[in-house]
Amino acid sequence: MSQTTAPSSDTIRNAVIRLAGNSQDGIQSIGAFLGQLAGSTAQDVMTYMTIPSTISGGPSIFQVHLGSGEVLHPGDEADTLVAFYQHSYDGHLHTLKDGGICFYDSDNVEELKEERGIIHIGVPFTSATIEAIGGNAKSRGKNIFVLGLLCAVYQLDRERISEIMSAKFGKKSEDILRNVMLAFDAGYAWPVHDIEHMPMAPGENAAEKRLSTDGNTMLALGLIAGGVRYGAGYPITPWTSIMEFLRSELPKYNGMFIQCEDELAAVSMAIGAAYSGHLAITGSSGPGLALKSEAVGYACMAEIPLIVVNIQRGGPSTGLPTSVEQSDLMQAIYGSPGDAPRIVLAPRDVEDCFYTAIEACRLAKKYSTPVLILSDQAIATRLEAFEEPDLEKHWVEPTLDLTEEDADWKPYPLDKITRHSSPGSRSSQEKYPVVTGLEHDEWGHPSGNPLNHEKMTAKRRDKLIDLANSLPTPEVHGETSGSLLFVGWGSTYGPIKEATDRMISEGHKVGSINLRHVHPLPNGLTDLFEQYDHILVPEMNDSGLYGYGQLATLLRAKTCNGKIESVNKVQGISFRVLEIVTAAEALIAKA
Amino acid sequence: MSDSTTAAPTEKLTKKQLKADHPTWCPACGDFAVLASFFNVVQKLGIPHEKICVVAGIGCSSRFPYFVNAHGIHFIHGRALPLATGISLSRPDLHVFVFGGDGDGFSIGGNHLNHAARKNVNLSYVVMDNFVYGLTKNQTSPTTPIGRKSKTDPRGAIDRPINPMAQLVASGATFIARSHAAQVKHMNEMFERAILHPGFSVVETLSECTMFYPGAFDDGNPRKGGAFELVDEETQEMDSIEAAMGLTADLSPGKFGVYYETQRPTKNELEREWLTDAQSKIGDATQKDLLRQRFASMR
Repeated sequence: MSQTTAPSSDTIRNAVIRLAGNSQDGIQSIGAFLGQLAGSTAQDVMTYMTIPSTISGGPSIFQVHLGSGEVLHPGDEADTLVAFYQHSYDGHLHTLKDGGICFYDSDNVEELKEERGIIHIGVPFTSATIEAIGGNAKSRGKNIFVLGLLCAVYQLDRERISEIMSAKFGKKSEDILRNVMLAFDAGYAWPVHDIEHMPMAPGENAAEKRLSTDGNTMLALGLIAGGVRYGAGYPITPWTSIMEFLRSELPKYNGMFIQCEDELAAVSMAIGAAYSGHLAITGSSGPGLALKSEAVGYACMAEIPLIVVNIQRGGPSTGLPTSVEQSDLMQAIYGSPGDAPRIVLAPRDVEDCFYTAIEACRLAKKYSTPVLILSDQAIATRLEAFEEPDLEKHWVEPTLDLTEEDADWKPYPLDKITRHSSPGSRSSQEKYPVVTGLEHDEWGHPSGNPLNHEKMTAKRRDKLIDLANSLPTPEVHGETSGSLLFVGWGSTYGPIKEATDRMISEGHKVGSINLRHVHPLPNGLTDLFEQYDHILVPEMNDSGLYGYGQLATLLRAKTCNGKIESVNKVQGISFRVLEIVTAAEALIAKA
Repeated sequence: MSDSTTAAPTEKLTKKQLKADHPTWCPACGDFAVLASFFNVVQKLGIPHEKICVVAGIGCSSRFPYFVNAHGIHFIHGRALPLATGISLSRPDLHVFVFGGDGDGFSIGGNHLNHAARKNVNLSYVVMDNFVYGLTKNQTSPTTPIGRKSKTDPRGAIDRPINPMAQLVASGATFIARSHAAQVKHMNEMFERAILHPGFSVVETLSECTMFYPGAFDDGNPRKGGAFELVDEETQEMDSIEAAMGLTADLSPGKFGVYYETQRPTKNELEREWLTDAQSKIGDATQKDLLRQRFASMR
């Protein structure tokens, strides 16, 4: 929600800027610069982009929501639209709010629609950039020209953004940096007489150190901080950037990330490293997770600590490879043959990717079992600014335990959580274990004994019940009792929180929670749900045959609470705040 | 594979120390001889007990880890090689041995064989090839000869069998040998050379399934009237792909011994080189410092 962006000389607290062009025009880098600027000037930011799933680019947008205070979502509607082409203009004018401002490239956009009080400002992005850079420059650099223009309009910190650009382009060559600065200055100086400048209010997030980056980067960094040093993967959108990052970074941390021939090899190789005594990770997106599911089930059975990341995209099958969806929850929890309990966690935003990864590392080791991290395309690719994590508090030193095993050690004790003896460890009794996916006795010998299978199944399940018992009830945002509680998981966190605030300001008694631990679920939910007349679960997956989304189905099974209802969206894009508010108001009105 | 075999063998392991569960294989199964031969070689080379790591997928022969008293892992069907790769790359101190059959290695796990070979991962792989699916009781395997009847080919197999030796040569394995479970001395020699070879070493061992395909390898067994003809390493150009391919032209019964042997940097060495380089550039910074520096670049 943008509170005020009416053209005026007063400062504004929020600005939603939508850049629409082609993916090869560098509109992402305008967004990245604005994001980094926000992070380093105590402002908050959230971005949203679409990427065509074609090879050579195509229409693409990048939306930036800048705010002086907390920014929870990329913005329902834009205050400012920047249109590079006629198709960008035609396709995105409707996303601009009434009375918003549209900057368009007057070299490319010809037919204007005068509607809803929109202010049109034509600027020849292309020719002005060519003129500014001179020489045989083509239109490359018009993104930087637009960045200059926006910095002027919103009175952003020009000095800081020059530093950011110098750091980015200065390494390449002086010529490139010179051209970049020429394009930027030309945009900054371009006269936009039709409107007054709209200076952004100073940032209020004065934490000393703030970072700005995307969710996949933060997830990868969290894995490193949590002690992961080995991994394996296969490229698939939108997971790939994590494997690229770890491939380059892990050698510095004395670790290794291997690109494999397929998803099956990747999960197997990670299990090999985990069996060897390291904390290891594999990851993918929906279709790849399906391919890994047999081996993940093995890790449940053999009780191997393993971290499996799934960056969800639109499904099923190849589906919508570059769009967001939350439809892999059931796959993550149940996607293996047999009863194969595993832990599933979901980060709520970019910052939370870091802490969720560390929690995954902790739980994988403690319970010697696979932990799946369900992030999604929206969190993976968007930029946010947040406080730098305190490594004194969160850093976990990796260890390789090769101590000799005592006489009473067994790989699969019925009364304890499994702790494997890594290869290379001596055994005081000279009796070495076999780690296995066959049902086994306490020593790892294959066993078809009916009662043994039942006991071992219970052993693997009970450790997750133990975890559930230790999980606190998630903290409620808003009212702790009243008419409606929103329950969300993953990236719906921001829009749900904003919807909660908006409804409270309109007099509703509502609250919201976001579940990081989606499997097992915290025990306290049952009592918490009793405090409200309605429970509404917004999810980016289908309502299915029985009318409930995937989390809602699980919550109904866990709590037997018939008040749980769903609001679902499967358009490959995140919820708008208004959609959540509307669904909640309808539910309240119905009763 | 090689590496810590050079460590002075302190006390040699006895067969008793190496034996675990009694094998569940059928009487007279060729796999017994492979197991015995493995014990022989491990004893002879003096590999420290705790450094032995036995890996297998699924199949009769893949039950191997249960019969060896050593660290072992019994994995899923076809994926023993990538699992073993994870062990080998992350734990260079271990001796990684992979055992499996023709279905596990050439059919469901066929893709991984190509890639483990081309990457030259440091491990030793023994394929106990019996030309049939035994654990599931007599279905056609990827090496079943044309015309051989099975439960899935009641009129006789119609698909051309794969040529494992040619495939291994083409994929870039750096040590490729072929042996016969009825020739224990020869197996011992092949296994020993495979273990001492740095890189990806494979020994395809014809191992008779006495239950479902008795007599399959009689033509390579002099005691059954066959011929056990050896590769002549004096005249054979050992690191020539063309010469090795020549040997693969006829495998019924074909020649036994080393088909191809060459030296190429292992995946293990190449990955470690990157680690060592990266470490040397870091200097005194701790890993925690490194992450802090990364954060600083994101401000």
